[in-house]
Amino acid sequence: MKVNLYLNKRVAIIGAGLTLFRRRLLETPQEIAWEAASKALEEAGLELKDIDCVVIGSAPDAFDGVHLKGEYLSHGSGGIRKPVSRVYVGGATGVMTAIAGWYHVASGLCQKVLAVAEEKMSPARPHPQSVFKYIWDPILEKPLNPNLIWIFAMEMHRYMSKYGIKKEEIALVSVKNKRNALNNPYAQLGANITVDDVLNSEVLVWPVQLLDVSPVSDGGAAIVLASEDVARRYTDTPVWVEGVGWTLDNTEWPARDLSYARYVEFAARMAYKIAGIERPNKEIDVVEPYDPFDYKELHHLEALQLAKRGEAPTLLKEGVFDIDGDIPSSPSGGLLGVGNPIAAAGLMKVISIYWQLKGTAGKMQVKRPVHTGLAQAWGDLMQAGTVIVLRN
Amino acid sequence: MNQIAIIGVGWYGFKPSTPEVSFREMVFEASTRAYQDAGNINPRNYVDSFISCQEDFWEGISISDEFAPDQLGGALRPTMTVAGDSLQGLAHAFMHINSGIADIVAIEAHSKASDILTYSEIVKLSMDPIYVRSINPQNFHFIAGLDAVKFMERKKISREDLAMVVEKNKSSGLSSPRASYASKISAQDVLSKEFIVYPLSELDIAPLVDGAIVIVVSTEEIARKLKKDDYVVVKGISYATDSSNLETSELGKANYMRIASDLAYKMANVTSPRKYFDAVFVDDRYSYKELQHLEGLRISDDPSKDLNEGNFSPQGEIPVNPLGGHLAKGVPLEASGFSLLLDAIDYIKQGKIEKALVGSWRGIPTFSGSVVVVEKP
Repeated sequence: MKVNLYLNKRVAIIGAGLTLFRRRLLETPQEIAWEAASKALEEAGLELKDIDCVVIGSAPDAFDGVHLKGEYLSHGSGGIRKPVSRVYVGGATGVMTAIAGWYHVASGLCQKVLAVAEEKMSPARPHPQSVFKYIWDPILEKPLNPNLIWIFAMEMHRYMSKYGIKKEEIALVSVKNKRNALNNPYAQLGANITVDDVLNSEVLVWPVQLLDVSPVSDGGAAIVLASEDVARRYTDTPVWVEGVGWTLDNTEWPARDLSYARYVEFAARMAYKIAGIERPNKEIDVVEPYDPFDYKELHHLEALQLAKRGEAPTLLKEGVFDIDGDIPSSPSGGLLGVGNPIAAAGLMKVISIYWQLKGTAGKMQVKRPVHTGLAQAWGDLMQAGTVIVLRN
Repeated sequence: MNQIAIIGVGWYGFKPSTPEVSFREMVFEASTRAYQDAGNINPRNYVDSFISCQEDFWEGISISDEFAPDQLGGALRPTMTVAGDSLQGLAHAFMHINSGIADIVAIEAHSKASDILTYSEIVKLSMDPIYVRSINPQNFHFIAGLDAVKFMERKKISREDLAMVVEKNKSSGLSSPRASYASKISAQDVLSKEFIVYPLSELDIAPLVDGAIVIVVSTEEIARKLKKDDYVVVKGISYATDSSNLETSELGKANYMRIASDLAYKMANVTSPRKYFDAVFVDDRYSYKELQHLEGLRISDDPSKDLNEGNFSPQGEIPVNPLGGHLAKGVPLEASGFSLLLDAIDYIKQGKIEKALVGSWRGIPTFSGSVVVVEKP
């Protein structure tokens, strides 16, 4: 992709809102979307009438059980009598929603955009896994009746096998993120657990165990993006979108090297080039990699060039990714600690970085000064990567 | 903002059924033709981003964007899905180019409606689960019936007017290579049919069709290099949603089309649309919608009068759907907007017109529309 280092317009995030991440929220998807959207507007100091365009992100329609889900969510997202559209790239949708909000402003089409992501996973019966029964190639794969845990177990196994990584090393991600989530008022599963707790939890599909996996969640997230002149009128602490990148790998996942997320690397390289980042491990101050499974955080830290291939577990053990480490990773608690309402979880990661750079992350705030942060999401058939770089 | 150029167009299908291909093969056929038309470009080298327009339930696949990249040449490239009509996808491409992250973008949309065994059940799933779906409507066209009656009362439109729209469009479709449902039927044939939902008969409702369309767009600078002057310019583009809730949208009026067209006209600097455009290509999946949309687009304040005076016929003052619209071509789901745009491009390239207006609607139960202003460079 062409990467233009002289982007036409500077775009800032000036407001953000989250709902609680919980299983079986009583609110409808529209109500969840509006709770997040109204909080974002409030933080930005704007009203719905001030918003030019609305961008909606949501992943599989089947979770909410609604066809044309973007249309359905538009009312709850404040998308009434204005340009409204929905984007998605499976699990990577949350960060893509922020990217789409960015290009709505950067292109000059709009000046103030509300970007909303929502997912309500808990209504799926008997379990959200049933929705994933229909993500497979209907001819080649569906007859095998696979499920998601099954293929992620293969991926985790491949990652461990290729680099000689032990389960104990990977379990440290779950321990770290659930501990960080204790500081997050929106979190579903903050907890002080140990590596042994993870290793003794129920085996789902070896080597994936219950505490390796993020929970089923409902939730919403929203941000307000604005052009530079507008942002400066509404806030003294705008957080700038400095780089964006996204990639979809080919559909045929069995033909890929499962030990390395090259689609995330490609997306990151695009974002770094736009942001002018040459040494990510020296220049990124705080990172929110996508962690629906504990091994995925390590996978993604390597693809983001924040660790060499196979070395993320060592750096994790050394404390590099702790909240007081050199590159704090998932200070929000990530999906493992906060919850995983797919698209909302990705946008939650962007919001976490936004609050870190704004200095309003409360108990989650990284202690040392942070100026450049990165949020990343991942999805589809292990093929989608989305990356956004923010600076204060 | 800079205008963008349509430099490549490819399509496949527009048949009631396409058992010879999968949807991915259909898109591959269309994209191959589009890249050829764009100056024989290699998408792996030249296209900066790829957009797919689709919805999970139409595809029968959960997270259907997984299957977007390969057939477009978009693997390991910036590929994404816009869950909306293809004209919304075009608007996103417009933004990719104007934001500075892409010079060339490919957009695909397709319909494999013939694979859908329970179309009406899927449409029901798009209705609000609490307030609308729970009344278990026997026929999802009931919303169109309510909308049509209110519009007809407000604008003094008769059943005969609707039948004339059907006659005009099915007949106009005979000159299109994509119109599987074109025919030489009369308004009387339409009036003699039983109602599906008053005031709409089977002939007032456009049938579904299979098809795939890929459009390649670029900056105008690149268009000139690749195609000299053989391209079409997008001068204005927008989209809008009235309200997704039935009870808070205004039945009887295409507010979404009014909002979207006002924004697109502003971008294209169009002040008198009726005078400005040489032809209009507008969603007519229900016969009354053509007239309602023409009002929304500010093309006609009195659509009945204009229709009866022949102003909308292919030889009239401002031809409307001169290649048949959806009533003749069918409704290719998310490719609907592109199918209208294809007609506009054909008409411009055939030298029949220079400036065209394209307006698309997402269908029942939505109140969303998109508008594009296209012209010769």
